Amino acid sequence: MHFNSISEALAMGGYGPYVWSTVGIVIAVLLFLIIHSMTAKKRTLTMLRLEQERADKIALAKQSNDDYQSKPNHN
Amino acid sequence: MWKWLHPYAKAETTYKLCYRLLPYFSWLAVITLVSGSIWGLFYAPSDYQQGDSFRIIYFHVPTAIWSMGAYTSMAICGLIGIVWQIRNAELAVYAIAPVGAAFTFLALISGAIWGKPMWGAWWVWDARLTSELILLFLYLGVIALYNSFEDKRTAARASSILAIVGVINVPIIHYSVEWWNTLHQGASITKLDKPSISPDMLWPLLLNISGFLFVLAALVCLRLANQILINDARRPWVKAMVSEKTNKAEQSKNKATLADKE
Amino acid sequence: MNNLSTSKPLSYWSAFKSIFIREIKLAWQKPTQLVQPVVFFLIVVTLFPLGISPAPKTLQMIGPGVIWIAAILAIMLVVERLFRQDYQEGTIEAWLLSTVPMSLLVGAKLLAAWFISCSVLVLITPVLALLMNIETHVIPALMLSLLVGTPILLFVGAIGNALTVGLNQGGVLLSLLVLPLYIPVLIFATSLIEAATLNMSYTGQMSILISMLLVSCFFAPVAIAAALKNTVN
Repeated sequence: MHFNSISEALAMGGYGPYVWSTVGIVIAVLLFLIIHSMTAKKRTLTMLRLEQERADKIALAKQSNDDYQSKPNHN
Repeated sequence: MWKWLHPYAKAETTYKLCYRLLPYFSWLAVITLVSGSIWGLFYAPSDYQQGDSFRIIYFHVPTAIWSMGAYTSMAICGLIGIVWQIRNAELAVYAIAPVGAAFTFLALISGAIWGKPMWGAWWVWDARLTSELILLFLYLGVIALYNSFEDKRTAARASSILAIVGVINVPIIHYSVEWWNTLHQGASITKLDKPSISPDMLWPLLLNISGFLFVLAALVCLRLANQILINDARRPWVKAMVSEKTNKAEQSKNKATLADKE
Repeated sequence: MNNLSTSKPLSYWSAFKSIFIREIKLAWQKPTQLVQPVVFFLIVVTLFPLGISPAPKTLQMIGPGVIWIAAILAIMLVVERLFRQDYQEGTIEAWLLSTVPMSLLVGAKLLAAWFISCSVLVLITPVLALLMNIETHVIPALMLSLLVGTPILLFVGAIGNALTVGLNQGGVLLSLLVLPLYIPVLIFATSLIEAATLNMSYTGQMSILISMLLVSCFFAPVAIAAALKNTVN
């Protein structure tokens, strides 16, 4: 190891804040990207399911409406 | 070769391929990035001029390299999509764009943070930083164009065309900015251009460069699979997946009600 | 009917010519659209001395850059509505049905658009150069750079307009797409003028600008045709 102790490694020869903030930002952005990409499939499937349900409901409503109108007389 | 490639023009095959490749890319990324970063941050010798601040190189250079690499591959995908009418290639354009934009952003931020101790300012109109900034604008353009269209088919084709137009401009922008920079600034900031790097510094850098490539590949696999899913929403294989999900949700609901009754 | 079936297929040159003449005629009917970019160009340049400093030395230093940025903004205005009317009236569908390659028709339209809106910008630059206190021996270089540079800006901007013409969006998206692509032109053009100010030869910058013009002449109509086809379908 290049450094003698952990505190020395954290200090990075006086450049600690610069180096570690870079590491932090890289990790944060990568984590965000990974989580966003991994949940994408779930979001898509949920969206498609909701769309499907809505389409089913519309079809059902149309069906019952047609049935109602196709009856000759309501009295 | 065409016989071999042809099945991948089919959406479902590509979708499955994405998920088959994903674990390999992910594990390679984890191994190379973790070992490269630990080696680079703790074991590599410090630079005789820049001290330990040079360790930012292990994040700045890989993200900068792959921000440009991602743009090029995005444009190649766009070209394949437009010329040979291969739908999956067009979808790949928007799968790559956000990842590339994030890499560009990381390269810019790490460059700015590195610049503060080296140049004494967060932002210097250095040739590479400037062209990286313009690259970010190009990425944002592709993303914004894709998102403005309701019809995703038109969106994919439009952003493919924009990516191709942009890639012709990338080298021109790069050289023009470099040339403009030498015109306007002294040679005081060429400190970072020294290619003489010791092997102990170079190995972790190479590890991280390959690591970021694997991250890029893994993320693109995930995103491309998702794009294919959205694009094929009306196809039976996607509908089967959706209804499977609905059934599962209902089953778990039933189980819950059963448990309540007991 | 008979006339249609026996008529010779449209030659490329006559198609090119007829579109060019049509555009010029249309512009002549609506002179406000002709004048607007020029007035805008003038106003933007006027803002800089008021905003920065009227000192002759400062103006001389920033002058070429200011004129070029104002030209870019003025051309953005031109580009923004380039294909809008053609799209709304269905002219682009007619182009698609034509036997002549669409890129050629687009080329004719662009050439006409340059003569209508951009040539005037080049012609009034001497006046602006005087306002910005630019030395007289630099003015020819300034005009030359605009003469070669404005068509590049127009062609590249037209790609952006062709991509976004189907969307009911303002110019914000267009400028996000197009302005980054303008940077090389801006860099080489302003450095050409700087070289001219220092009495140095500017053939290098000029040849780079001319080669960019040739590249954009060749590629832009193809890209625009592809983008318009995509929008219409």
